[in-house]
Amino acid sequence: MSILVVAEHDNTAIKATTLNTIAAAGAIGGDIHVLVAGENCSTAGEAAAKIDGVAKVLLADSAEYAHGIAENLTPLILSLAEGYNHLLASATSFGKNLMPRIAAMLDVQPISDITGITSADTFDRPTYAGNAITTVQSSDAKKVITVRGTAFDPVAAEGGCAAVENIGAQGDSALTSYIRSEISELERPELTSARIIISGGRGMQSGDNFPMLEKVADLLGAAVGASRAAVDAGFVPNDYQVGQTGKIVAPELYIAVGISGAIQHLAGMKDSKVIVAINKDEEAPIFQVADYGLVADLFQAVPELEDALRD
Amino acid sequence: MKVLVPVKRVIDYNVKIRVKADETGVETANVKMSMNPFDEISVEEAVRLQEAGTATEIVTVSVGPQQCQETIRTALAMGADRGILIQTDDEVQPLAVAKLLKAVVDKEKPELVILGKQAIDDDCNQTGQMLAALLGWSQATFASKLEINGEFANVTREIDGGLETVKVTMPCIVTTDLRLNEPRYASLPNIMKAKKKPIDQMTPADLGVDIAPRLTTLKVVEPQKREAGVRVENIEQLVDKLKNEAKVI
Ligand SMILES: Cc1cc2nc3c(=O)[nH]c(=O)nc-3n(C[C@H](O)[C@H](O)[C@H](O)COP(=O)(O)OP(=O)(O)OC[C@H]3O[C@@H](n4cnc5c(N)ncnc54)[C@H](O)[C@@H]3O)c2cc1C
Ligand SMILES: Nc1ncnc2c1ncn2[C@@H]1O[C@H](COP(=O)(O)O)[C@@H](O)[C@H]1O
Repeated sequence: MSILVVAEHDNTAIKATTLNTIAAAGAIGGDIHVLVAGENCSTAGEAAAKIDGVAKVLLADSAEYAHGIAENLTPLILSLAEGYNHLLASATSFGKNLMPRIAAMLDVQPISDITGITSADTFDRPTYAGNAITTVQSSDAKKVITVRGTAFDPVAAEGGCAAVENIGAQGDSALTSYIRSEISELERPELTSARIIISGGRGMQSGDNFPMLEKVADLLGAAVGASRAAVDAGFVPNDYQVGQTGKIVAPELYIAVGISGAIQHLAGMKDSKVIVAINKDEEAPIFQVADYGLVADLFQAVPELEDALRD
Repeated sequence: MKVLVPVKRVIDYNVKIRVKADETGVETANVKMSMNPFDEISVEEAVRLQEAGTATEIVTVSVGPQQCQETIRTALAMGADRGILIQTDDEVQPLAVAKLLKAVVDKEKPELVILGKQAIDDDCNQTGQMLAALLGWSQATFASKLEINGEFANVTREIDGGLETVKVTMPCIVTTDLRLNEPRYASLPNIMKAKKKPIDQMTPADLGVDIAPRLTTLKVVEPQKREAGVRVENIEQLVDKLKNEAKVI
C-alpha cells in the first residue's frame, strides 16, 4: 500500500507544513511517495528526497506547474492516482483548493482537515469551528485527504535518501492563468510554524498601532497575527487572520491583545499550549480559555510588556 | 449572463452548538438556523453584478429539507430572481451536493456559479472545487475581488501568503471569501416581494443523482475542554509567570 503526498514548495525548499502531512502519512502506514510539481523545482525535489521516511520523490518540472494551479495539477495527479490508496496534502489554501478537484474526478468524497487517524479508513476531523470532533469512516476505494498541520508533529527534514524520479507533464488546461501575487513580506516567522504568536484585534484601533505588537514580537522571535475584525478593518492583510476561516495555529505561546474571543477566533488558536489574553473587558470570552489573563488597557500594557522583555 | 448561487441552511454562526450525549451528532432541535454566512456574500456579489448590468438573472438553489425554503427566501429578498429547492431529508455530503448542482447547471446553463468557500457546519471547503471538476470549468476559490470581462474573469484570491490574482475562462466557479463584499440586509418591501418569487421544487431522484453518503459518521464528541487559568495583576507578574511557571519565554 502506498501513499502519495502532494508537496508544497517554493521550487527551492519544501514548506514546513508538508513535514506534518508526511507525519500523518506515516501514521496511516505504507510507502510514502512525495510529488514535487513546479517549474525549475529540482532543488525542491532534492530537498524532498532528504525528508525522513520518504521512499520516493516524483518530480514534475514544467511551466504549467509554476503557480500551483489546481486545473493543471489535477490531470497530473490523476495520471498517478492508480498506484495509491491515499492521496494527501496539507490543509492550506493550496491543498484545500486542489484536493477536492482531484477527489471529484475520482468519484471520491474527500476528508478535509484531519486531526486524528484511527485506521487506514477512519479519521477524526473538527466540525462546527472545532466545537465538535467527528470520526468518519470512508467507504471510497481511495482516500483523498487534507491534513491539519497542528495535529501532527513534523517528521525530520533530513535523514532520508529517497530516489528522485522524473515524471512527464500533462500539459496546460488553458482554463486558468496566473497574473500576479502580493505576498506579504515575511520579516518574522510564519504564523503556522511560529513558536510564539502575538495577535491583535479590533481593540488595536488602527493599523498604525500594530508596530507596538511587532516590537514585542521581535523581542520574542514571534509571529504577528490578527482577528477577522482587524483584517476586515484593514489594519493588517488577510494572511494575518487566525480562526475558523483563516489560519489554524497551535504555538507554545499565543498572546491575544484586544481580541474578544469569538468562537470563530478560538477555533484557530485554542490548541495553543499557553494562552495569554490582554483585554480591558473582564467579561471578554477570551479569558475563559486564557491561562494568564490581564485586564488592562492594551495601550498601556503592551508598551510595558515591551519594556519588561527588554530588561 | 445567468448566475447560479447555491445557498446552504446551517446553524446560525452565533449559536454555541451542543454535541448530543449519545455522540451521534449535534443538537439541532430548537436551534436558530440561517444562511451560511459565506453564501450571503455570494448572493450579495451576484446582486451587485446584476445592478452593474453584468448579470441578467440570479437563480438560487438549496439542497436539504423543506425548511431550506426559508434560506432560499432570504436570498430572494436580497435580490435573487427565483429559487430551486432540491428537497431531501437525508444527509447530503459535498460530493453529492456537487453532483446535484452539476445537474442544475446542465439544465439552467449559467455562466457563473458563486458558492461560499466553506459551510460553517461541516467546515469542508470542497463543494465549489468539486463542482468545477465535474463541469470541467475553471475554479477561482477564496475570492476577495471579482472582475468579469466578457470571456474571462480576473479574480483576486486570499491565499496563505497574501493575495493572488488569476485570470479564469468563463464559464467558471467562484467561491467567496470574507473580504469580497459586505452583504446587505433585505429591506421590508423586498422581503414582501420575495414571497411572490417562484421556487421550483424537485428531488435528487428527479435529477437522477445518487446521494448515498460515502462517509459514515462513527461518533461526534466535544473537543477537550480548556480550563480558564488565572488573572495576573500586572505585566511584571505576567512576565514572571511566563518565564518561571509556564517556561515559554
Ligand atoms: C463566517 C464567519 C467566519 C469568521 N471567521 C473568523 C476567523 O477566522 N477569525 C476571527 O478572528 N474571526 C472570525 N469571524 C468573526 C468573529 O465572529 C468575530 O467577529 C471576530 O473574531 C471579532 O474580532 P475581535 O475580537 O478583534 O473584535 P471584537 O469582538 O470587537 O473585540 C474587541 C475586543 O477588544 C477589547 N478592547 C478594546 N479596546 C481595548 C483596549 N484599549 N485595551 C484592551 N482591550 C481593548 C474589547 O474589550 C473587545 O473584547 C468570523 C465570522 C463569521 C460570521
Ligand atoms: N446543501 C447545500 N445546498 C446548497 N449549497 C450548498 C450545500 N452544501 C454546500 N453548498 C455550497 O457549497 C459551499 C461550500 O460548502 P462545503 O464544501 O460543505 O464547505 C457552501 O458555501 C454553499 O455555497
